Amino acid sequence: MIVTQEQTIGVPQKNESLIARPSEDFPKSNKLVVENLHAFFGSVHALNGISLRIPLNSVVAIIGPSGCGKSTFLRSINRMHEIIPGSRITGKILLDGTDVYSMDAVFLRRRIGMVFQKPNPFPTMSIYDNVAAGLKMNGLRNRKKLDEIVERSLHKAALWDEVKDSLSKSGVSLSGGQQQRLCIARALAVNPEVLLMDEPASALDPSSTAKIEELMYELKESYTIVIVTHNMQQAARVSDLTAFFYLGQLIEYDETKKIFTMPKEKQTEDYITGRFG
Amino acid sequence: MEMQPADFNGSVGLRFKWRKSKSTAMYVLSGLSALIAIVPLVLIFYYTLSIGVSALNWDFFTKLPKPVGETGGGLANAIAGTLILVGIGSSISLPVGIMAGIYLSEFGNNPFGMTVRFLTDVLNGVPSIVTGVVAYTIIVIPMSRFSAYAGGVALAILMIPTITRTTEEMLKIVPQSYREAALALGISQWKTSLRIVLRTAMGGIITGVMLAVARAAGETAPLLFTALNNRFWHTTLDQPIASLTVFIYNYGVSPFDDWIAQAWAGALVLMVMILALSVAVRIATRSRYPEQ
Repeated sequence: MIVTQEQTIGVPQKNESLIARPSEDFPKSNKLVVENLHAFFGSVHALNGISLRIPLNSVVAIIGPSGCGKSTFLRSINRMHEIIPGSRITGKILLDGTDVYSMDAVFLRRRIGMVFQKPNPFPTMSIYDNVAAGLKMNGLRNRKKLDEIVERSLHKAALWDEVKDSLSKSGVSLSGGQQQRLCIARALAVNPEVLLMDEPASALDPSSTAKIEELMYELKESYTIVIVTHNMQQAARVSDLTAFFYLGQLIEYDETKKIFTMPKEKQTEDYITGRFG
Repeated sequence: MEMQPADFNGSVGLRFKWRKSKSTAMYVLSGLSALIAIVPLVLIFYYTLSIGVSALNWDFFTKLPKPVGETGGGLANAIAGTLILVGIGSSISLPVGIMAGIYLSEFGNNPFGMTVRFLTDVLNGVPSIVTGVVAYTIIVIPMSRFSAYAGGVALAILMIPTITRTTEEMLKIVPQSYREAALALGISQWKTSLRIVLRTAMGGIITGVMLAVARAAGETAPLLFTALNNRFWHTTLDQPIASLTVFIYNYGVSPFDDWIAQAWAGALVLMVMILALSVAVRIATRSRYPEQ
């Protein structure tokens, strides 16, 4: 069964039955449905016909070699892709059944939060103001309510105990791992439904990484998480479902334990065993 | 421990010494240049201080200029006039310049933006007396009188390009990741530009603004036929108004010793005013979190 795939290596074929699989097997409703997504930067075809379903309250890991379109895929979900000049998208991304490209991008991004690869707290703001930024700038002025949300968000991001006595200190005075958790708290404060994480632990040391991973496990109780990662062990540890991207195409998408124990595609197997990428 | 001498010096000793001496020469040269760069400032400050301070007294700040032939009096009206002119200039040029800078940096990557950028640079190089002529044509002639407004507009035309280009340059060096972080939080584009990007770049923008203010406060040419001058207190802003620079110019070329002394004192006061303003603005707007 693998022979045919070997012949087509480098020119991946889309396999509808595989792509549909998680939605049938996974007993939860779909938070995000991506249908035939193509993304372009000028003349570069970055994503080529991606279709997949992301179930509610699950963690989906996107793996694949550099330049395979993982980040582009993530950024097209909350429409951050379109701030790059010359970018273009075709296809559909449905959030709870509504196409995100028919929504207002600003409102969409309040429903779909994002955590970036490099921690990027606002340098002119205190820890408190960083967490409150999304709310304050969208008009929430009630101090009591802000206090409450800031505390709750920092609790959720497992940072409260470390910063509760220094909320007025600069956000960039924290360590890298703390800054990344601050960014997670900042994203959680606007109460999103989906959290997109673009290699959130790649700039962090192992103990900070462990904290972020633990966090994801807790967060999926209330959020749907899509995480891009270069770290295969991380994908295996934190995710329920794993999608393998290669050259802008979705090669395989299945439950994480199946992907890592008995992948159906030769390319997936080669990648997770370290034979390429 | 001492690895370098034997091997390194032994084999390439001469070349090493040549390189070392080149390095030392460049170091000394650049240090010397830095020194030369501040010498004029020190000289100007020292000279103005030593001569100007003798004509400074309480009357200088509180009294009007005395008629020719009488000694004493002061330049109170000119001090106030300079502040008012720079105030009018700033209140026009600050919003226009900063918003134009935001446009160029955040949205100006198009033919219109590039044209504006080019023309701003051209405007920056226009001699200041020409901006005076422009203000004379568009304000003084229609109003049929010299006025503080005309002087303020002339100064604003001078200030706008400096403020625009500094704002643009300072905004451009704000890392893209802060814009992305804000947009991804569902903060709208204009709030991201104003409250995240602009705030992050504030320190540099203030430097540019203060440069523009200092330049405007020190201008004489554009005021000569816009604000003109006034030996008395102005009562409204549509009248000719006194300014320190025009007084310095008039008094400095006069044949009277006490006027020349007052011109020096005026120059000193102008310098100290600009310095004090810069320091005050820096303190008032300094970041709570200095760069780490």
